[in-house]
Amino acid sequence: MENLVNKEQNSLTKDDGFFSKKLQRRNFLQYAGVSAAGIALVAAGCKKDTFNAGVDLGSGDIGILNYAYALEQLEAAFYTQIIATPFTGITSAELAAFTDIRDHEIAHREFLKAALGAKAIQNLEVNFSTINFSSRDSVLGTAKAFEDLGVSAYNGAGYLIKSPDYLTLAGKIVSVEGRHAAYIRDLISNGSFAGSDVVDAMGLDKSRTPAEVLSIAGAYIKTKINASNLPS
Amino acid sequence: MNLFNIIKDIETMDPEITDKLNPRRAALKSFGSFGTKVALSSLPFALGSFFNTAKAQSTSTVNDVLNFALTLEYLESEFYIKGVATSGLIPAGAALTALTKIRDDENAHVAFLKSVLGSAAVAKPNFDFTAGGTFNDVFTNYATFLAVAQTFEDTGVRAYKGQAPNLLGNKVVLTAALNIHSVEARHASHLRQMRKASGQAPNIKAWITGANDTGVPQVAASFAGEDNVTQAGVNITTLNGVGGKISTSAATEAFDEPLTKQAVLSIVGPFIK
Repeated sequence: MENLVNKEQNSLTKDDGFFSKKLQRRNFLQYAGVSAAGIALVAAGCKKDTFNAGVDLGSGDIGILNYAYALEQLEAAFYTQIIATPFTGITSAELAAFTDIRDHEIAHREFLKAALGAKAIQNLEVNFSTINFSSRDSVLGTAKAFEDLGVSAYNGAGYLIKSPDYLTLAGKIVSVEGRHAAYIRDLISNGSFAGSDVVDAMGLDKSRTPAEVLSIAGAYIKTKINASNLPS
Repeated sequence: MNLFNIIKDIETMDPEITDKLNPRRAALKSFGSFGTKVALSSLPFALGSFFNTAKAQSTSTVNDVLNFALTLEYLESEFYIKGVATSGLIPAGAALTALTKIRDDENAHVAFLKSVLGSAAVAKPNFDFTAGGTFNDVFTNYATFLAVAQTFEDTGVRAYKGQAPNLLGNKVVLTAALNIHSVEARHASHLRQMRKASGQAPNIKAWITGANDTGVPQVAASFAGEDNVTQAGVNITTLNGVGGKISTSAATEAFDEPLTKQAVLSIVGPFIK
């Protein structure tokens, strides 16, 4: 998909320097599912609003909170599915822990929704077609990826937050995601709670930009997300 | 990053800065109406030198935070160095491997913070890991050692969280602090699982349930306030969960709470000679 978009992009950029410059930036800022059809529409001369179709996260702190809300929606949906259809051989301890994690993610999601009020984005449609929920390996591997991604997302967005209260709230959530990540990693391989794939030689965890996070998360989110107004 | 507050801070500390920066300041003022975003993206080379100046002028707050963090990292680092080096204390195998890994992370945090602070770094205090006799068997009883380790990690998570607002908007330092903060959370999670697996705290979870869930009454202060269920005015237990409202346990587990610097210092005070 990304390659396809890039190809379309390249063919467009040859024609009109001014137009393409704008378009490149727009394309860069759109992550989850920019369609070739959408680009074709722009080429046909539609307004940029049409091109920017997708759920707009918004700007400023609201944008960052909606970004978090989008990620929590994804996580909550994932764990809800795990508990609805537990993987083969799940232990009672694992079922209890995953139920806890599901409830934490729902608490994060519902809290952010309540805090955002009328500014909250809509419910996102997820796409878990690549996950085999009956397979322990598939579920744990995805859970690890989601939790590590969540940690890096909050770490990377922290400095973009302007309100000290919101920053503290993000801090309250990210360490819980870190606890989840460590728990799931230890289920996969005991002792990998802070493995060298996430914690570097200086003892620092990862941080990712919203662009990086959404390009990864986008594979699991069917609804188009427009993050072009987020602070950077 | 609040550019205009930074300028204000600099003016307070260096009244002549307005003159020094005059041409740029005029430019900044005129950009003001377009918002910080425009101002930032419209300042090419001025920006780098400008922020070096700004950083130098507001160093004291940042250094205070970093030195506070360094003190906590000294505490953790020396604790694990001693524990890992004490023969017969930690069972060989997974436990020793995990605690060695945590030791290495804490050592790395010390080295990192010292390198950032340079000559402004505080010296390592002398520690008393018995906390004045409260944990006399800390290096002879594995259960005590793990209980103290868990408390250090959970407290560390709270301490970094409490300092985040002092680093608001600081891309480099806040991000680094957050990157350490989540590592401490990973450690805390693992240590809690170790205490559960070894039977010392059979019901403890990787996340904090209510206030002091450790089974160790002496560490209650480290968990004071963790039973909070209200976030930004929203009572989490009034929100919809699965098959009813979100439980009180889940509401407390889902959010880790910050601690003030003062609260942290009173917790670690007994460990510092």
